[in-house]
Amino acid sequence: MSVRFENVTYEYPGEEKSVVAVKNVSLEIADGSFVCVCGENGSGKSTLAKLMNGLLTPSSGIVTVDGETTSTESESALFAIRSKVGMVFQNPDNQMIASIIEDEIAFGPENLGVPREEIGERIAYALSAVGMEEHRHHTPYKLSGGQKQRIAIAAVLAMRPKILVLDESTAMLDPKGRAEVLAVAEELNAQGITVVLITHFMEEAVRADRVVVMSEGAVVMDGTPEEIFRDREKINRYHLELPVPDYLAAELRKEGFPIPEKIFGEEELAEAICRSL
Amino acid sequence: MNNIVFGQYYPSSSIVHRLDARVKLLLAIAYIITIFFVEDYVVYAGMFLFVLAVALIARIPLKILFRTVRTIVVLILITAVINLFFTKGETLWWSWKFIKIYREGVERAIKLALRLILLMLFPSLLTLTTTPMELTDAIESLLSPLKLIKVPVHAIALIMSIALRMIPILVEETNKIMLAQKARGASFDTGGALKKAKAMIPVLVPLFVGAFRRADELALAMDARCYSSVQKRTKYKVMKLHLRDAVAAVVCLAVFSVAFLNKYLFPFDEMILSLFA
Ligand SMILES: Nc1ncnc2c1ncn2[C@@H]1O[C@H](COP(=O)(O)OP(=O)(O)O)[C@@H](O)[C@H]1O
Ligand SMILES: [Mg+2]
Repeated sequence: MSVRFENVTYEYPGEEKSVVAVKNVSLEIADGSFVCVCGENGSGKSTLAKLMNGLLTPSSGIVTVDGETTSTESESALFAIRSKVGMVFQNPDNQMIASIIEDEIAFGPENLGVPREEIGERIAYALSAVGMEEHRHHTPYKLSGGQKQRIAIAAVLAMRPKILVLDESTAMLDPKGRAEVLAVAEELNAQGITVVLITHFMEEAVRADRVVVMSEGAVVMDGTPEEIFRDREKINRYHLELPVPDYLAAELRKEGFPIPEKIFGEEELAEAICRSL
Repeated sequence: MNNIVFGQYYPSSSIVHRLDARVKLLLAIAYIITIFFVEDYVVYAGMFLFVLAVALIARIPLKILFRTVRTIVVLILITAVINLFFTKGETLWWSWKFIKIYREGVERAIKLALRLILLMLFPSLLTLTTTPMELTDAIESLLSPLKLIKVPVHAIALIMSIALRMIPILVEETNKIMLAQKARGASFDTGGALKKAKAMIPVLVPLFVGAFRRADELALAMDARCYSSVQKRTKYKVMKLHLRDAVAAVVCLAVFSVAFLNKYLFPFDEMILSLFA
């Protein structure tokens, strides 16, 4: 029981009319799970993410992290929540504070008042977790987008979070960078960190334990990737696209080919097709 | 891009580069004060040799050191000319209509030019051997006593380091926008000053809009990583003084005091000059 939404609604106040970005959402994110949140632009994914670590607090309903509500006045309680729920944003250039990578990673622990020696250890741990040890003393300018996002993940890991929320952190990356970031997310999940991956690329949902589809602020689908991918008409209704291999597999199944339910990418599909012939 | 990130920094592992940035900064200030008091050619020559010696130890090529003087050549010429024509003295050397040039004017012009060049050289050595990030840390450390009177020293240092971090990003963005406008037929290097200035408007507007959006996102990312200007934070990088810093300080201060000694107690420069007379 790590993050729990109970009938949560969030409304952005506006001068003329306010925008209801999240509508009556109830959701529980299990410890250690890999959850993928999909939805078209403006469906409320980022708002949902910001509700998880108290950057926003619900207009009505309640969000709890390890049983503690995010609607708290106490800064230290809020910081406890934010260090548990680490968040990585979309644009790597807009979330880095320092010009030297180790300073960047030290920023979070420094804010938490972690002793110096321990910060040094945490930097080493965080950089090795994302495979960027050799860049410790460098500047981020020459790095690729994927590398910058890995640094942003490391900066969050140094706060020793239990949950990692990636809010479209792959959206601005090239396919290589996207693969790097996803590999890091999977590796961290294997080590026991809960991952909430927000994306509008459905192919990133393939490896999740659970897929949550949002539309107009509401959770409209919730299930395992196989369950979600089965209902192609419904997915299209929410302006999402089935990943090409899964789309193909579904079509083939409809034609009576014995293609298994769980397909990971093009190669596995190719194999399955070969076997079925 | 490196130039924008590191300013003038000339990388090397010389002992001057490794000196504590605070010590270097304070010595540069002491040097500037000394130069303001010095008025003798011999001491100027001595100071000049001193700067050359430091540059040699720092392994800074003289060409690079003097490049910084080039940027103030116009300033030097203007002040020299003004002093040449407007200083009244006793020994008239040359006159033409209302223009009169006195011996004292010539001397003053030369001395001012020398003083400006010397003033430029040592601080240049500072920026050539110290990264802007080190300087920011040094300023934070030197200003930290002001915390006692509630000056937000850390916030000031953070502002400086974020500015350092954002400059190259904004420069890159400016280039991108200019290219985009050029592709639409805009021209930035034809026409008069007014036309050129007008051509910049379609560049500056998106640049500012973008900068504000970045600032918003950065603030959010800092919040997510528990930044607070009030809570007590630790500092990962502590600056430590080494023996070499003490030695450098003693040597420099000795040189500076000799320059003072000459003016106020023991005018050895006149003795040296009289040897040649
Ligand atoms: N700061 C804000 N002020 C007002 N409305 C906002 C703000 N941020 C988002 N919205 C609105 O809330 C809705 C959900 O936005 P968001 O959570 O960013 O969706 P997503 O991340 O899925 O694209 C959108 O209609 C958007 O216009
Ligand atoms: Mg979003």
